[in-house]
Amino acid sequence: MGINGVLRPGHAQIRVLNLEEDAKFYREVLGLEEVGRDAQDRVYFKAWDERDHHSVIIRQADKAGLDFFGFKVSDNATLNKLEADLNAYGVKTERVPAGELLATGERVRFTVPTGHVIELYAEKKDVGNGLSYSNPAPWPAQAEKGIAPTRMDHALLGGGDLDGSRDIFINVLGFYLTEEVVAEDGKTQIAVWLSCSNKTHDIAFVRAPEDGKLHHVSYWIDTWEKVLRAADLMSMNHVPVDIGPTRHGITRGATIYAFDRSGNRFETFAGGYISYPDMHKLTWPIEHLPEGLDYAQRKLHETFLTVFS
Amino acid sequence: MDVPAGTAPGKQGAVEHVVVTITDTNENYRCRTDESLLTGMHRLGKRGIPVGCRGGGCSVCKVQVIAGAYEQMRPMSREYVSEEDLAQGRVLACCVRPLEEVSVAVIGKLHKSITRPGQPAA
Ligand code: FES
Ligand SMILES: [Fe+2]
Repeated sequence: MGINGVLRPGHAQIRVLNLEEDAKFYREVLGLEEVGRDAQDRVYFKAWDERDHHSVIIRQADKAGLDFFGFKVSDNATLNKLEADLNAYGVKTERVPAGELLATGERVRFTVPTGHVIELYAEKKDVGNGLSYSNPAPWPAQAEKGIAPTRMDHALLGGGDLDGSRDIFINVLGFYLTEEVVAEDGKTQIAVWLSCSNKTHDIAFVRAPEDGKLHHVSYWIDTWEKVLRAADLMSMNHVPVDIGPTRHGITRGATIYAFDRSGNRFETFAGGYISYPDMHKLTWPIEHLPEGLDYAQRKLHETFLTVFS
Repeated sequence: MDVPAGTAPGKQGAVEHVVVTITDTNENYRCRTDESLLTGMHRLGKRGIPVGCRGGGCSVCKVQVIAGAYEQMRPMSREYVSEEDLAQGRVLACCVRPLEEVSVAVIGKLHKSITRPGQPAA
């Protein structure tokens, strides 16, 4: 009982156009903690309340976007089983050796039909959140530096064969569908929100004209008030904002969409409801996408379906 | 934290402005020579060039510079701007600043095929 199998999003590796500029952005504006650099010059970060070694990795590249998105699974037996299940479903996998990412065990890597590289892994070093495992304080000093999300929460990915990617997550990895945006025909899904937990989503897909695209990586903050604080920090630091602060109708989360220094969209997200696999999905006909995205303003944000990195 | 050029508090000296024309709509605006073509347009609430990530990563702001000198001020994603593009003056409006009066045509396409049901993404 409870959450097993795939536990949660564990890491996102993001390409940036100017490493030091974005390292500074993720550290000082977003307020993640820089936890290391490796021989490939990748910079590793964690959000303050995460206990595993890192959740965000950035890498210098000549194009923006997402290299891969990884999920932590409960143990190595689960990792082996999920790999076998993927193979049986017709998904080719490869193993990335332990240590290729700092403090991380062996990873099972595969590409889903929308063109995204997804990883599963069972082991990553527990470095703690800076608070004791006995009689802990509620938060450390890091919790007030920059926007300071508590965790990397989910990602929205864009590509053509949404149905193919959705099926792998649901049929093989044990995710369930919480919400969907459907086209005028009442059945073609334009976007899907998928959960492996009690969250409204751990990953989401949107149908996009190009494969392998990043729509956003989202970071969890605790309250609406802190979403407004994030908005202040974004403006103080000239961060380009896309949507918000507002509330999504979809998932009910309070949100801001904005961009890092290389044009990768990120989200600061709070709230939503607690979800269970037995709950009926929620449907947003495409004509209600304005409320779905921006419940406060009911404004059509064209960038939602057109701007990707 | 880094701020866009020209917006740092206490910055000295006169700011130069030049006229930028968007040929598609004949819209024009006064752009500072220390800000990007896109920032200049967006800051004045003008329209014409689609506004996306403003970081050189998404390409919706891609323009063809038809006339006038400009300078690249930020890296642009190679996925959307090739060497050939650079040589031909096809650049991302969020990554270049005008050095003199400039006119541009919008070429970044906003894909809309996605909202049509049953349509394969193209
Ligand atoms: S707005 Fe995204 S590349 Fe210029
Ligand atoms: Fe999100």
